[in-house]
Amino acid sequence: MYQYTDFDRDFVNARVEEFRGQVVRRLDGSLTEDEFKPLRLMNGLYLQLHAYMLRVAIPYGTLNSRQMHQLAYIAETWDKGYGHFTTRQNIQYNWPKLADVPEMLQALADVGMHAIQTSGNTIRNVTADHFAGAAADEIEDPRPTAELIRQWSTDHPEFQFLPRKFKIAVTGSPNDRAVTKAHDIGLRMVRNEAGEPGYEVIVGGGLGRTPMVGKVIRDFVPKAELLPYLEAIMQVYNLHGRRDNKYKARIKILVHEESLETMRERVDAVFARIKGDFEVPTEILTRIEGSFTAPAYKIAEIAPVVEPALQSFIDTNVAEHKNPDYGIVTISLKGIGETPGDATARQMRVMADLAERYSHDELRISHEQNVVLPHVHRGDLPAVFAALREAGLATANIGLVSDIIACPGMDYCALATARSIPVAQQISETFADLDAQRDIGPLKIKISGCINACGHHHVGHIGILGLDRAGVENYQITLGGDGTETATIGSRTGPGFAYDEIVPAVKRLIEAYLDLRESEEETFLQAYRRLGLDPFKSALYEQEKAHAA
Amino acid sequence: MPKPFKPQIVTANDLLMGDVIYLTADGSWSRDHADALVAQTQDEADELLAQAAAQQLKVVGPYLAEAQIGTDGRPGPVHFREAFRTRGPSNYFHGKQAAGVEA
Repeated sequence: MYQYTDFDRDFVNARVEEFRGQVVRRLDGSLTEDEFKPLRLMNGLYLQLHAYMLRVAIPYGTLNSRQMHQLAYIAETWDKGYGHFTTRQNIQYNWPKLADVPEMLQALADVGMHAIQTSGNTIRNVTADHFAGAAADEIEDPRPTAELIRQWSTDHPEFQFLPRKFKIAVTGSPNDRAVTKAHDIGLRMVRNEAGEPGYEVIVGGGLGRTPMVGKVIRDFVPKAELLPYLEAIMQVYNLHGRRDNKYKARIKILVHEESLETMRERVDAVFARIKGDFEVPTEILTRIEGSFTAPAYKIAEIAPVVEPALQSFIDTNVAEHKNPDYGIVTISLKGIGETPGDATARQMRVMADLAERYSHDELRISHEQNVVLPHVHRGDLPAVFAALREAGLATANIGLVSDIIACPGMDYCALATARSIPVAQQISETFADLDAQRDIGPLKIKISGCINACGHHHVGHIGILGLDRAGVENYQITLGGDGTETATIGSRTGPGFAYDEIVPAVKRLIEAYLDLRESEEETFLQAYRRLGLDPFKSALYEQEKAHAA
Repeated sequence: MPKPFKPQIVTANDLLMGDVIYLTADGSWSRDHADALVAQTQDEADELLAQAAAQQLKVVGPYLAEAQIGTDGRPGPVHFREAFRTRGPSNYFHGKQAAGVEA
């Protein structure tokens, strides 16, 4: 794992002290709210529906057990004993008091963490495949690249006031677990004909009110040229991105309005001019890459699995590791009826202890709001499972119907127009039986409480968007979305459903799928792609008509 | 033709704590929506909002929200967003519901 240098530590500590002074000046009236707001946002502090909210960056979703313990400590000391892990691989605290925030930031800085650039029109926390460095299908660990981008983008003077926020995701595997095609820039590691690793660069993806799948601007950029190429994209976006309308200020609109070809020409021109200025010293690259070397895998006995519950957990929650004696354990933060992405301080400590003991001191936060132990020896799986079960963290539902992404929605978020969390809770309770969930098979339900689409509903196999219709919560459904390497934006089915109608509507959709599928092997998404919208639409609305008649 | 005026209250967030507060008749702030002073005309509403905006050391983001008078003669929220703000999130017993403030 990457360790902060003295430069990093000094920079973050200086920012904490700077913000401490800004809070004092806000409280004594030296700063107005208009003056203070951009300063607090630069440090991840929002004002939400019921309280302030502090958004903490977890760069490329990677943290160690000490950092997870500190997140638990912060939750208990200055918040209400829990934290919310987000689709951007951040953690959010929902109840801080303004005067406590500098102490929270200091506690983060003490373990090499911060909340810088988790808000604002700047390059946000760089996200990555949550199985990075462990996945069996990986070409190379993408985290050294993500770390390089973090160092380049943090406090980059030219990119602190972009037309809008800017999101970059990186994957080192052909199977995209980082939703790269729905980011402003997505980077997918590929090999060229000579077998050298580099990146396919995708631009102009994004969800929100104008969802778009990103387009490939360059098939192959060698690793050594990636930083100047990114710099070139950012310069073009900063210069040509629209600033007249915040809804049209994302790079996806620039690519759409001016064409990919125009964008490519501009980027290539800048790239040709600047690439010589961006050579990264070898010692820096070596140091970064050295921070992500594979752990010292142990060799130990692996006993046959005899307990059915453990076998179910392994089948559902443990992915293939590049070392066949190891597995990647995904801990579900989607227990039946629970809030997607939430973990109590106690649960954080359990996960931290398990990481320290059984996962070479590493954890990951997934964009699907779960926590990953990336390196668990298969001989340790019984012990890990037992500890997770004891802590209420052993729900074997990864990738199934109750493994739902849900944004905070109107239960917390000032931007939201409807609630997401109770809808997710009710869906998971409706399909509580895990055997029934396995029968339904892989199914991604994603819920957003507003058009900004933090819940990624556009790329859900079943997407749900909560809206305000004449002062009443209303929920639109989209079908067929996909956030992987075959990314697709879902299609809207028709009129929305009232709060008390949305869960029955989802149930009808899933029952229709079970009737329509060719075999138990055909997934919901495959069935949808084979059959199209109509049979699912009928299931949704015919009964509505019958009910109304 | 202008829309008929509907009764409104002024709400904001507390500067220090961040929680939801309401401007009362004596110019102070209450955690309880029912304590809010109700503006019956647009001029009254504008005046209350200006009064709130001047209290920078106490509040953040004051705005007008529609209110309805209940059978007890006290104001309650109209929009569901404002109703949620009177009690806290629906997934935990946190916020005003935990503090014992009447919705």
